[in-house]
Amino acid sequence: MIESQSVRHLGSASSSMHRRTLSERLHLDLPLLGGLILLAGISLVVLYSAGGQDSGLLVRQGLRLGLALGVMFALAQVPPHQYRHWTPWLYGLGLLLLVLVEVAGDVGKGAQRWLDLGLFRFQPSEIMKIALPLMVARLLSNHTLPPDWRSLLQAGVAIALPVGLIARQPDLGTALLVASSGAFVVLLAGLRWRLVGGFALLAAALAPVLWMFMHDYQRQRVLTLLDPERDPLGTGYHIIQSKIAVGSGGLYGKGWLNGTQSHLDFLPERSTDFIFAVYGEEFGMLGALLLLAVFLYVVYRGLWIALQAQDSFGRLVGGSLILTFFVYLFVNMGMVIGLLPVVGVPLPLISYGGTSLVTLMAGFGILMSIHTHRKLLAS
Amino acid sequence: MSGAEREYADYRGRRVFVLAVLALALGVLGWRLLDLQVLDRDFYRHQGDARMLRTVTMPAHRGMITDRNGEPLAVSTPVATVWGNPRELAAARASWPELARTLDLSPESLERTLAAYADREFFYIKRQVPPDVAERVESLGVPGVYLLKEYRRYYPAGEVASHVLGFTDVDDGGQEGIELAYDQWLRGVPGSKRVLKDGRRQTVQDVELINAPRPGRDLALSLDLRLQYLAYRELKAAIQDNGARSGSIVILDAQTGEVLAMVNQPSFNPNNRAGLTGGRYRNRAVTDPFEPGSTMKPFAVAAALESGRYTPETPVETSPGWMRVGRDTVRDVHNYGLLDVAGVIRKSSNVGVSKIALSLPPDRLWGLYSRMGFGMVSSSGFPGETSGLLGDFSRWRPIEQATFAFGYGLSVTSLQLAHAYAVFAADGVRNPVTFLRRDEPIEGERVIDHRIVAQILPMLESVVQEGGTATRAAVPGYRVGGKTGTVRKAIAGGYSEDHYIAVFSGLAPISQPRLAAVVMINEPGGKAYYGGQVAAPVFSRVMAGALRLLNIAPDAPPGPGDAVRMASTDKVKP
Repeated sequence: MIESQSVRHLGSASSSMHRRTLSERLHLDLPLLGGLILLAGISLVVLYSAGGQDSGLLVRQGLRLGLALGVMFALAQVPPHQYRHWTPWLYGLGLLLLVLVEVAGDVGKGAQRWLDLGLFRFQPSEIMKIALPLMVARLLSNHTLPPDWRSLLQAGVAIALPVGLIARQPDLGTALLVASSGAFVVLLAGLRWRLVGGFALLAAALAPVLWMFMHDYQRQRVLTLLDPERDPLGTGYHIIQSKIAVGSGGLYGKGWLNGTQSHLDFLPERSTDFIFAVYGEEFGMLGALLLLAVFLYVVYRGLWIALQAQDSFGRLVGGSLILTFFVYLFVNMGMVIGLLPVVGVPLPLISYGGTSLVTLMAGFGILMSIHTHRKLLAS
Repeated sequence: MSGAEREYADYRGRRVFVLAVLALALGVLGWRLLDLQVLDRDFYRHQGDARMLRTVTMPAHRGMITDRNGEPLAVSTPVATVWGNPRELAAARASWPELARTLDLSPESLERTLAAYADREFFYIKRQVPPDVAERVESLGVPGVYLLKEYRRYYPAGEVASHVLGFTDVDDGGQEGIELAYDQWLRGVPGSKRVLKDGRRQTVQDVELINAPRPGRDLALSLDLRLQYLAYRELKAAIQDNGARSGSIVILDAQTGEVLAMVNQPSFNPNNRAGLTGGRYRNRAVTDPFEPGSTMKPFAVAAALESGRYTPETPVETSPGWMRVGRDTVRDVHNYGLLDVAGVIRKSSNVGVSKIALSLPPDRLWGLYSRMGFGMVSSSGFPGETSGLLGDFSRWRPIEQATFAFGYGLSVTSLQLAHAYAVFAADGVRNPVTFLRRDEPIEGERVIDHRIVAQILPMLESVVQEGGTATRAAVPGYRVGGKTGTVRKAIAGGYSEDHYIAVFSGLAPISQPRLAAVVMINEPGGKAYYGGQVAAPVFSRVMAGALRLLNIAPDAPPGPGDAVRMASTDKVKP
């Protein structure tokens, strides 16, 4: 299947050899870019409603979007071998910053996640969302695939170090997401099914242990998921209110700017983590399915790009980045509609905020770089 | 190449696996959305509405009470009640002292209350504050502090009419007096409306009116505030001058049955009832029965005249000033010797009236007493009214037949006594008594023949004339009549030697009677305790003022002595 696709692709690429399009010269993948712009547009529309029709908020998010697209554009220009070259440095820097957070980080909302760089504060765990898949991919792609025990062990250590540090902050949600981005690389690299099954069993077996190490508030969130009514004014409030908002939207929604639950202050965090509830209330199930379709289109294009990659490094990095993207949106939507516990994960590209937007766009920049720097086999 | 083939096969399986997981995840999301937004949509809609659509009550304005001339006696004014949500207030601890100061509360007491209600969501911080204070509280903007619109009852006449009006509780419901008796009439029907509230429980928008609040209806009382004030002033002065414990004045319009004035001492300020004991709330004129003493005698005499066996001129021997009835002795203050029936009234002879009463069949006496309204509650409908004690004639002992005639052994209220004298004033017709203004003429019930009344009135007038017991009840320019009462108070085991009730019950003007009034002074503490000394002067002053205020034409041409007396009264009272 890979061969046939490659052949077909080579054919189309060679036909455009002589005059490279503008998008190719700019190293942009237009179908992917189109999907991202569409999502950004949806984001601004929903934010205008969720933010109480505050145009200042819209302008700020627009500027962040511009910055994030700039980062994506810049990263798309860097050829993949450069990533491969600089990966250990990036990974090392990320680890160093995580250690710094552990030693001298700021405490925000009860967790030590932030590093104050004087000008701005940022979360080193964001770097790891990019650096870890790069690092694991580099480690595994140095050898033939499927990976042997040695490579697997190296990869395991590379995953465990940052994940452990992030979990200690404590930020269990991010730790699990970062861990999954590394695990996707290993899975895509061709871990034996038996081992996949083994790890799955191990994870299941470790769940009670994890429970023991969890903080009280984290246990609360899990218990709340199972039965939100046990504390409707406390921990269950978010879940109940967001389910009501989404559920009351019905099939067609209440219409843009007409969401009562969100606009009357019943819905917490409605511009950030719970923006999907605003969307669901105002645009209904049809709108939600449409949004899912756009996301699916972006994921599909990302996976296709990963499959088209010419080396295993590119394929592993691309696959991991796009699967992590999918996990983000699944976790966020799952949380809003009461399928998953409350974790502080924004809806990718839709939620208000700059950090995750820049990180995600950086990942898409790398994807575009992988796709647009392919060497033609013919040459 | 078999290894490579296996590898490709493995990767292909891996892609299928990844895609399958993705599809599964999407399926779960889609199924959940379907569940929430389509299958359970109505449930969540309802839940959403339940959180933001609230029904709030709209307070209704309580009707105003006025006197017969439209002077306001009880008015509802808008106030605000300040309530708080302790959970939200806990977050604004820094604002507590400021809030307490604005509401004139001590910061400690506010803190104590907050601690007591810490796990609640509602408590009253202060009820019924004036609108300007409410405005200042609102401008503080303390989170968790809310205002509730209410009405507060205000009584412009204060103490003067408090017993008749009664009062309302903090929830605007009638608790005493007219406020209680006519609560249903006065009380408005609160309305309700549906409003949109946001997550901070602030009303964002009115959605729909369910019921408009229906304001209560106004009520015009029969009271004349001018007479009420006059009676209040004179009674209070008399209570103070005589060091008495309590007292009442009732003025009735005999022709209509309307209560024109009713005051009691001690009184209370209905606008500030803090720290008052129950005794002050009592409208003694209708709730407290007492033995009427000699004010009862005209009724015994009326029964005698009615029997046909007596005329005003029929002689009655009262010497030697006492008589035995069974094992008991009836005494007069002096030995009056031989009197006629009119003289028995004028001199207030117990022996004389006892002899008359004992000569009559008991049912004749009882019949007249009960036709006069003794022993039963009036038609006033006033809460807490007592019937007094008359008993049934079939069980009367002879001594009771005698003592009832001079007002011992039975009990009446000031209102009943005034009402009974009003029958004499209305030429024998008993008009049902009322606290409401009567705009239509009332058809009363004739209870005594007018010829009897015509014989009684001169006797009553003689009491205030030279030789009577109550010359001080006279009113310059008017012919008035009445009867004194000086009652030993019943105590355990008999009657007290030094605790009295001084009563005067009378009517005016005699030529065409219009007003009936009772002045009752309980336990005068000074040397003077006779009804003619203590109660009669009060009657005189109150009646003089009332007749003048009501523009009732004088029916006595002023004699030379009257002119002097009028001049001197004018000097005393500017």
